[in-house]
Amino acid sequence: MSLSVWLGALEQGLLWGAMVLGVYMTFRVLDFPDLTVDGSFTLGAAVAAKLILSGYDPWLALVVALLCGALAGLVTGLLHTQLKVAPLLAGILTMIALYSINLRIMGQANLSLLRAPTIFTWIKGYAALVPLGPFLLGLMLVALVLVLLYLFLDTELGMAIRATGDNEQMIRSLGVNTNTMKLIGLAIANALIALSGGLIAQYQGFADIGMGIGMIVAGLAAVIIGEALVGRQTLVRALLAAITGSIIYRAVISLVLQLGLPPTDLKLLTSLIVVIAMAFPLVRRHLGLKTLRLRSEQGAAAKQSNEDL
Amino acid sequence: MLQLSKVTKIFNPGSVNEKSALQEITLHVQTGEVITIIGSNGAGKSTLLNVVAGVCEIESGKILLDGEDVTCRPEHIRAAWIGRVFQDPLLGTAASMTIEENLAMALRRGRPRFLRRGITAAERKMFREHLALLGLGLEDRLGTRVGLLSGGQRQALTVLMATIATPKLLLLDEHTAALDPRTARTVMALTERIIAHHHLTTLMVTHNLEQALRTGTRTIMMHEGRIILDLSGPERSRTTVADLLKMFGQASGNIFADDKVLLTGS
Repeated sequence: MSLSVWLGALEQGLLWGAMVLGVYMTFRVLDFPDLTVDGSFTLGAAVAAKLILSGYDPWLALVVALLCGALAGLVTGLLHTQLKVAPLLAGILTMIALYSINLRIMGQANLSLLRAPTIFTWIKGYAALVPLGPFLLGLMLVALVLVLLYLFLDTELGMAIRATGDNEQMIRSLGVNTNTMKLIGLAIANALIALSGGLIAQYQGFADIGMGIGMIVAGLAAVIIGEALVGRQTLVRALLAAITGSIIYRAVISLVLQLGLPPTDLKLLTSLIVVIAMAFPLVRRHLGLKTLRLRSEQGAAAKQSNEDL
Repeated sequence: MLQLSKVTKIFNPGSVNEKSALQEITLHVQTGEVITIIGSNGAGKSTLLNVVAGVCEIESGKILLDGEDVTCRPEHIRAAWIGRVFQDPLLGTAASMTIEENLAMALRRGRPRFLRRGITAAERKMFREHLALLGLGLEDRLGTRVGLLSGGQRQALTVLMATIATPKLLLLDEHTAALDPRTARTVMALTERIIAHHHLTTLMVTHNLEQALRTGTRTIMMHEGRIILDLSGPERSRTTVADLLKMFGQASGNIFADDKVLLTGS
């Protein structure tokens, strides 16, 4: 495989990283299986493409895409908190509704950004950066998102959101309106996902109505791969794991495409990756690898408590 | 401090499973009073605490906290007044978060949360001092995830969390029942120390009749959603566990069978 293919995988892994962070935010932080993803990713792409084709600045297009994603997340959140719709169904309802909305935004099933100015045509203008321009841009954007998300999750509000996903009853007894926390969490998650959609549309040079299909599974695959390799003991590690997982996932996809797998089989492959990744901890436990480390931690804690009490 | 007037709570109203958990309960709690609540299973003890905390809405009646009508206020609003410790040590803490994060969230009970830093350096120092008072060695483990602690440690931490932002009212729902006897004694001693230190108005549900008489200033006994006995002052200090059992038999026409076994415990 040539270097450019690997570089491409790295670039995509970074740009899709924002989406993976969004999935991490809902599935892991909020403990809310949010299926809005498939719709909000395409929403971000559609909004960004439409705005760029209408002559707006590609950066502005990203900001608007981000805000639209937050709105989609809010809708799912309101369905769940106000109408008491179960999380899975709330996400599906928004996702399906977004399919029509996305078609309306785009006006057709596919919008091409060929010859339109994007943030990537802008960075490619700097000759000195060739061929690393898109990679550096992706790296900078993801680093920015990562740092902002980390700082946010460490604020009073961020902590309350994390606690909502961990122990709802406890944080409510500490005076937090958990419904509000869910709304904020879902809005942020889907804003990140839509941002990723807007970035990918500019990167690929088109927005397509079907580009979000299976995005939730791809996001989950990346989260799980990342956690298996990097771990999630601390917040920093968990966030870095999401990005690492995203990059590795894209590398695997590039690899199998290079090996001659028809692109139409990709969804099947993605599902398989999730299944394998979910089985991975079980396999590790059977081999006695994970339990060894965990047992030592638990052993230390138990010993400590015996001495103390 | 706390006034309940004619509070009625019915579970599953209008269905075959309808059950009135509280029947026109009227209870006045003075500031600084420490009330122990006893009664057989299903008597409505936990429901009473849940109704006060706002976990469940009531069918009729009125609840006043500190002179303010909170009957229609949701749980997270009432939390500004109330500190709670649950029976299950897992319920009072967020397992995936660290000791200092849990304490920081507890410190902000009842205050609006914004984009300020979750924990400041000054707070960290204060947490270390408070944890040192527990005598569990937790002061050196601020960054440890709570999920790695034992049940007793978690419950001691929960007691600290419930009181670190001094509440007007402390609700304890059999908070030592799930611990082994030795740990239960430690957590109970800690609880009494904190209550005495802050002069906290407290409602404590317990299954242990001896503890119910020994702790606090007033004891109420519940049966089938009603308060059937209210002891305080010299009358209470004269009462023995055997008297309590007899009174329960007279008042309810039942035998305190399901709890008798527990008397042999500590």
